[in-house]
Amino acid sequence: MITPTHYMLLSAALFMIGVIGVVVRRNIIIIFMSIELILNAVNINLIAFSNQLHNATGQVFAVFVIAVAAAEAAVGLGIILAFYRNKETINIDEMNLMRS
Amino acid sequence: MAQAIAFYFVAACILGFAVLVISTKDTVHSVLFLVLDFLFVAALYVLMNAEFLAVIQVLVYAGGIVVLYLFVVMLVNLKRPPEAHQDPHRLSRTGPFLAAAVLLELGAIAVMGGEAGAPPAAAAAASPFCAAMTGNTEQVGCLLYTSYLIPFEIASMLLLVAMVGAIVLAKREL
Repeated sequence: MITPTHYMLLSAALFMIGVIGVVVRRNIIIIFMSIELILNAVNINLIAFSNQLHNATGQVFAVFVIAVAAAEAAVGLGIILAFYRNKETINIDEMNLMRS
Repeated sequence: MAQAIAFYFVAACILGFAVLVISTKDTVHSVLFLVLDFLFVAALYVLMNAEFLAVIQVLVYAGGIVVLYLFVVMLVNLKRPPEAHQDPHRLSRTGPFLAAAVLLELGAIAVMGGEAGAPPAAAAAASPFCAAMTGNTEQVGCLLYTSYLIPFEIASMLLLVAMVGAIVLAKREL
């Protein structure tokens, strides 16, 4: 029998894989993809509880999360392109224009 | 039983492809593994009786966002791989250990706290009018257009702002 605990553990594991990707990788495109994994983990949790409680509100919130993820991807990738045109790099260690 | 087998198979695929996404050297391969990961997450949504979200996941994530990523990977044609640059201050050793510690903690909470309270038998839906609807898409749509109408409109404004912002950022000169 699959309980909400199983879904929560899956969601926590996926979240942690995303966090490890954000911390370890230096390629900003892969960091953005890790953020998408984190948002997916949140959605799994929302829908698992929506299914458990027979209440569709969790799915409505998951729709909002997907909308925010789409907006974030569009703006973030625009920033990556603009940065790459100026500095010829996508390594976040070299993104230190604001460092005094 | 069949549901448990399906859950464990889909969960193993989700976690395996997620690990491949963050561990592959080639960025294009990473994006392709991300597509597979999103498709398995959509399968998990179907297992949880959320068919509408599964379709949205396939259309928006696997169809839209990942294509955007592929275009950026194509446009950003790197001569020098970003991982070649070594920073002595990076925490590539400590980070995974910290993340694993937090994951163990969360797992302990989930396992220990699982028996504390039985789930409510039938939680009242947000709106009795929408609870009477049969079908997943009808319920989600009814809630979106009644109880959550204002957040829905704000989300549409957010998407409009993001679209204009992405166009402004990606233009070569204004």
